[in-house]
Amino acid sequence: MNTSAKRFTVLWLQAGSCGGCSMALLDHCRRGLFAELGAFGIEFLWHPSLSEATGEEVVELLDGVADGRLPLDALVVEGTVLTAPNGTGRFHMLAGTGASLLDWVRRLAPRARHVVAVGSCAAFGGIPVASPDPGEGMGLQFDGSERGGVLGAGHRDAGGLPVINVAGCAPHPGWIVETLIALAAGDLAASDLDPLGRPKFFADHLAHHGCSRNEFYEFKASAETASDRGCMMEHLGCKATQAVGDCNQRPWNGSGSCTDGGYACIACTSPDFERARGFLATPKVAGIPVGLPLDMPKAWFMALAALSKSATPKRVRLNAVADHVVVPPGRSRRSGAEGGDG
Amino acid sequence: MSRIVVGPFNRVEGDLELSLEVEADRVVSARVTTPLYRGFEQILVGRPVDDALVVAPRICGICSVSQSLAAAAAIAAFAGASPAPNGALATALAHAAENLADHLSHFYLFFMPDFARAQYDREPWWPETAERFTAVKGSASAEMLPLRARLLEVMGLVAGKWPHSLAFRPGGTTRALDLGAKTRLRAILADLRAFAERVIFDAPLEVFAALDDVAALDAHAAERRGDLARFLRLATALDLGRLGPGPGTVMSFGAYPATGPAGAPLFPAGLFETGSGASTPFRPERIVEDPSRAWIAGDAGPPARAETRPDIDRPDAYTWARAPRYDGRTAEVGAVARQLVAGHPLIRALVARDGGTSVTSRIVARLLEVALVLPAMEAWVGRLRPGEPFCADGGEPTDGSGVGLVEAARGGLAHWMTVRGGRIVRYQIVAPTTWNFSPRDGAGVPGPLERALEATSLGGLGARAAAVQHVVRSFDPCMVCTAH
Repeated sequence: MNTSAKRFTVLWLQAGSCGGCSMALLDHCRRGLFAELGAFGIEFLWHPSLSEATGEEVVELLDGVADGRLPLDALVVEGTVLTAPNGTGRFHMLAGTGASLLDWVRRLAPRARHVVAVGSCAAFGGIPVASPDPGEGMGLQFDGSERGGVLGAGHRDAGGLPVINVAGCAPHPGWIVETLIALAAGDLAASDLDPLGRPKFFADHLAHHGCSRNEFYEFKASAETASDRGCMMEHLGCKATQAVGDCNQRPWNGSGSCTDGGYACIACTSPDFERARGFLATPKVAGIPVGLPLDMPKAWFMALAALSKSATPKRVRLNAVADHVVVPPGRSRRSGAEGGDG
Repeated sequence: MSRIVVGPFNRVEGDLELSLEVEADRVVSARVTTPLYRGFEQILVGRPVDDALVVAPRICGICSVSQSLAAAAAIAAFAGASPAPNGALATALAHAAENLADHLSHFYLFFMPDFARAQYDREPWWPETAERFTAVKGSASAEMLPLRARLLEVMGLVAGKWPHSLAFRPGGTTRALDLGAKTRLRAILADLRAFAERVIFDAPLEVFAALDDVAALDAHAAERRGDLARFLRLATALDLGRLGPGPGTVMSFGAYPATGPAGAPLFPAGLFETGSGASTPFRPERIVEDPSRAWIAGDAGPPARAETRPDIDRPDAYTWARAPRYDGRTAEVGAVARQLVAGHPLIRALVARDGGTSVTSRIVARLLEVALVLPAMEAWVGRLRPGEPFCADGGEPTDGSGVGLVEAARGGLAHWMTVRGGRIVRYQIVAPTTWNFSPRDGAGVPGPLERALEATSLGGLGARAAAVQHVVRSFDPCMVCTAH
């Protein structure tokens, strides 16, 4: 452990959360989360799942931060901040304090050098704000895709950063820990965030990039039912071409990803993703998927798709609707190359 | 008589508040408050059936596979689907990985750090305990976290990711495993076995799982150098077998369906009375939820016909959780309940010794499940047949109703779903901690935790008493599930 690293304190609060972001966090890396954070001087002033302090010890600590007696480097919030009923936040009172999470977040955020929203709930609202939005939830600095949220559109930390939105449901543990380390190292600037406050190191990619179903996508060889190996965009609701994240460029839980796991990307890094109805079926008009890659003219996409479909090799066509490889790559007797229909 | 409030109550999943009436340093009565309501049942209503597989797991980040499986089982119940054999095995593997990860997280991260508190620093066992189990800094968490991440690599192979996977369907799982994946599963389980046998038990899993009486457990505590033996020595020193007595009735919905002989679950469903030793079959239609003391409108009734409407000004309410009752009674759920219902001789003997469930038997039952479930997982991997189907979904059901029953790490979880015209019209959830941390019902009968805290001695420490921490955390509560 690098004991010379400067101390960087983190206060982690769970708002209207499922706790899944903290659970993902604990999955971080081979040497273990605590060793990784310790190497960069990152300490939990308090974390609800991990710290010893409980009850009145925590209330004293929270008051200390709110009063400015205890310096704080990063306030991390996980979960939607509930404002119901009528803006009081009583749908989520912080136990033992007689105050709502909403009040605590507003008291503590101005005292923190940085504010980090971990997960799409704290960033934008997430699943709990899906209709009928029973808890009248919001993100810290966004209400869906609208700027605002419980801290307001104008919130900036002392260094000029807005709330840093580590979106995802749940985010990759690497996204969370790398964001904290970059903050502790003083490496993260406003220019490292996209317009929705998401660190560009994951948000400048599409979930589609690196998808193992890429060949099926190229040939528009589509999966028809759950567990088929083909591309899931045409029928099974996959939004990976329209959702940000380096999801298929780094392994989840050692090896996986959503599309590798055999199911659609639901765009969980995007604000308003929870508004979808029928996540697992592709909405279509006249047989044509409504959601196509954003930066491609629709007519071109349709023309290319028709061309690719007509050129689909038998291997790709048959494997697309099977749950395991039924036609392996063949081998050319002349050149020795592999990969054709054989 | 004085009243003290304990909260925020951390190292549980979610937030929790206790209100204790205290007289002469003893708890006279307790009230447990679940302070968060998000409204998942309201969010699920009106959606297409399959959306339950997206929304339901997000109720809980620590038992998301259990939530997925309850939703899938509810759909299967009225769609008539049954999973492909490979899919049932892959489902059980992912579910077991989540449950064992939860048991390990509970023991190492949530429960044991309380014994490292300064309150105990004069005890002879404290220096070793503090070195091993202090929150964040102890040697045990440094050793356990990489192993937990390794165990959850099962999810990368079976389910794409964890938490919140969409791999679990009424017909099985969405990723067909090939021989390479099957072999990698074997390697992960081998690492987990090596860790458990070296660090937790200091004994082969099968040797620990075969212990069948209190004397054998005492010998384990005296002779072994694993973390379980460390706990057992503390438990004796602090008399934890007398702490946090359960309500007398324990219940299991049956765990890991269709993995045993002739389609039986690995651990059976049923109820068991810790006083009389009587066993009875489990009938889900005998479950009633009573909102009398919750900020939820309405009267007591069966979940299959209930609706959820928040009413934050309901008189006499003190929590977002409703009170579930079975045949009108409270019941304890969790590993200790599963193993009592399954008739494991060691847990039956411990509970007979203590006169009911206790802090000690809850902890031992969880770690016993590591020793029981891991060998079962090894066998399930061996039965996977690459090349054969993993998913056998039928057509999308448009009308019907059903209940999905699973055993999460923390106990029985039930989802009741009614569908008309392909849309969900009713969705009700009763989670394990809804049982254990139930509020009083309309008749004023306290829930299991509320009862378990009665007569707890605070040792002059009031709200800071570790005994209260031990009792609460012995149930491994998941508060985000409790009121959802």
